[in-house]
Amino acid sequence: MQMTKNVTLARAEALPDHAPIKINAMGINVFYGEKQALFDVSIACPDRAVTALIGPSGCGKSTFLRCINRMNDTIVGCRVDGRIEIDNEDVNLKSLDPVVLRSRVGMVFQKPNPFPKSIFDNVAYGPKIHGFASSKSELEGIVEHSLKKAGLWGEVADRLHQPGTGLSGGQQQRLVIARAIAVNPEVILMDEPCSALDPIATAKIEELMDELREQYCIVIVTHSMAQAARVSQRTAFFHLGRLVEAGTTEAIFTNPTDPRTQDYITGRSG
Amino acid sequence: MTDALLTADAAGAPDPRRGRTADFEARVKKRNAAEKRFRFYGRLAIFVALAFLVTLLGRIVSQGYHAFTAYEVSLPVYIDPLRVDRANPMGANYDALIAEALLAKIGAPNDELGENLLAAQELVSTDLGFNLLDQIRKDPNLVGKTLTLKGPVKADAQLYLKHEIKRETAEGDRKISDQQMDWIDKLEKAGVITGGFNTRFFTASDSTEPEQAGVLGAIVGSALMLFVTALLAVPTGVLAAVYLEEFAPKNRWTDLIEVNINNLAAVPSIVYGLLGLALFINWMGVPRSSPLVGGLVLALMALPTVIIATRSALKAVPPSIREAALGVGASRTQTVFHHVLPLAVPGVMTGVILSLAHALGETAPLLMVGMVSFNPGIPESVTSAATVLPVQVFIWETASERAFHEKTAAAIMVLIGFMILMNLLAVIVRRKFERRW
Repeated sequence: MQMTKNVTLARAEALPDHAPIKINAMGINVFYGEKQALFDVSIACPDRAVTALIGPSGCGKSTFLRCINRMNDTIVGCRVDGRIEIDNEDVNLKSLDPVVLRSRVGMVFQKPNPFPKSIFDNVAYGPKIHGFASSKSELEGIVEHSLKKAGLWGEVADRLHQPGTGLSGGQQQRLVIARAIAVNPEVILMDEPCSALDPIATAKIEELMDELREQYCIVIVTHSMAQAARVSQRTAFFHLGRLVEAGTTEAIFTNPTDPRTQDYITGRSG
Repeated sequence: MTDALLTADAAGAPDPRRGRTADFEARVKKRNAAEKRFRFYGRLAIFVALAFLVTLLGRIVSQGYHAFTAYEVSLPVYIDPLRVDRANPMGANYDALIAEALLAKIGAPNDELGENLLAAQELVSTDLGFNLLDQIRKDPNLVGKTLTLKGPVKADAQLYLKHEIKRETAEGDRKISDQQMDWIDKLEKAGVITGGFNTRFFTASDSTEPEQAGVLGAIVGSALMLFVTALLAVPTGVLAAVYLEEFAPKNRWTDLIEVNINNLAAVPSIVYGLLGLALFINWMGVPRSSPLVGGLVLALMALPTVIIATRSALKAVPPSIREAALGVGASRTQTVFHHVLPLAVPGVMTGVILSLAHALGETAPLLMVGMVSFNPGIPESVTSAATVLPVQVFIWETASERAFHEKTAAAIMVLIGFMILMNLLAVIVRRKFERRW
């Protein structure tokens, strides 16, 4: 238990025990062909808070994350059972167009993946295809607003038409976050967003998450327990495809009930 | 770790880095020798390949460069009103008029049997006579005047001028007699015959007379045919590849299709010719030996290659780009057409250009659809009869007249020139549009 004392916990007053539930997953089973990757996962993520999914590699946390915006649809042979609701609406309904769902649920990936286009076009792409801007100036407004929110505006304002791929890794990741914000989502999913970044860039992203939390429901997969402790209000621990334990971050890190959780966060397994 | 090692060393334990056995040393030597040997083999292989290439190109160039120079006569001819009837210019023997003018220049007599006249006639192309007739028909007032006629020297005489027919050969074994050789030398000295760049080779089409034959008709034919091929194979191939790669479910049927596309790419090209003959000519009634039918056959042949090249270009686009687009809510079609396909364009273009270059050089299937035909004109449309460059090479190669052989090599050079141009284009396209991510 020594290690847990060293990690700084997210501000306690932010713990949204009373916060409304944004995402509610019930009995999720995921199969890749014959292989089952997730077993009966049920978890609720509150709005305006960061929920961290932790666990050893291959435990199914990314798989679960990709269920929320139906990114698993694109994987051949992947089957998702169970029910995930966002604001009490089932996301797996056949009648729900994944395109509509993904405009409400933004996603940030492990490796920064800006389009090989200009910074402006990267951010403007989402609003363009969804028809959110009726004029060029409106589009410029959205781009500026999104870049400002992602904390990147000051660094790129004078070179909006240079390629997004020319930015540093941390800047690229914030550009990708701006791109997600630009379509005005309700939920932002982040799949190990800092694993390819250096500590300074990581710190910036974490700061950003803390700000964004005031407006969005954020779910983050992370390998760094310190990061989970720093940015999240709720933490869920996955192990071998099962959700072992979920609760407030403080509770998970200071008083885990399951021995597997305890072993993992103290560094004895995983 | 380090501490442990140091202690072990201090205690007198053997340092694992030192004291290698002789066996180990031998192995290292062997390994290095193998490395050297492999490099030598590699260089040898490259040398052999290059030697073949140099021999091939060297032979073609040494055989064909003569075809790019040509000898022309420039001869003043008096149009005798006694011999040419103003009212009926078709009735006159212009070849004789020209031969007489030539004899006059040489200073040889016109003997009674007309042997000298015939021998002189063999020195210049029949083109001069036709040319003269054309001029007089257009303007009958030329009769009674002296015209300076220009035209090619007959092919065999040109071969002598280019030292391909030599005096040392026994007179009976060559087409030019000793007397004709003397005359040619005289005419060259007098400036009646002059050599220069053979523009006619690029401005004329095929002809029965080697000195009048050129590749323009074949170039136009090839261009028209390639246009048809590209128009059909590129959109069809690219769309098929996009569908198979990005949209089609992966099941037994798509596996079967993929295997068959790969098989089709390996089908001998002459089989496509037979298919084209049966399908396009006999069943659909497309005019034979037209660029249209050739283009259709080659499109069938190029299609699998275009599909395979496009699919591999699409596969090379990192999945993170697809995820990024899908992640902001783009549909699959938007993802493909806004992001994936534009990134694959350099690869697609390279594949397309290379398969078109391949189609440009294809001969066998075209033999089946009647492209082996003598076409003295320039094809006007995709449905008119035409020859294409490789088939022109084939036709000239099989010609019995010796003067066609240098034309064969020259036509090959033109064909290779176009190929190099297309491959260069592929490289430029790849360099220019390649994007990094």
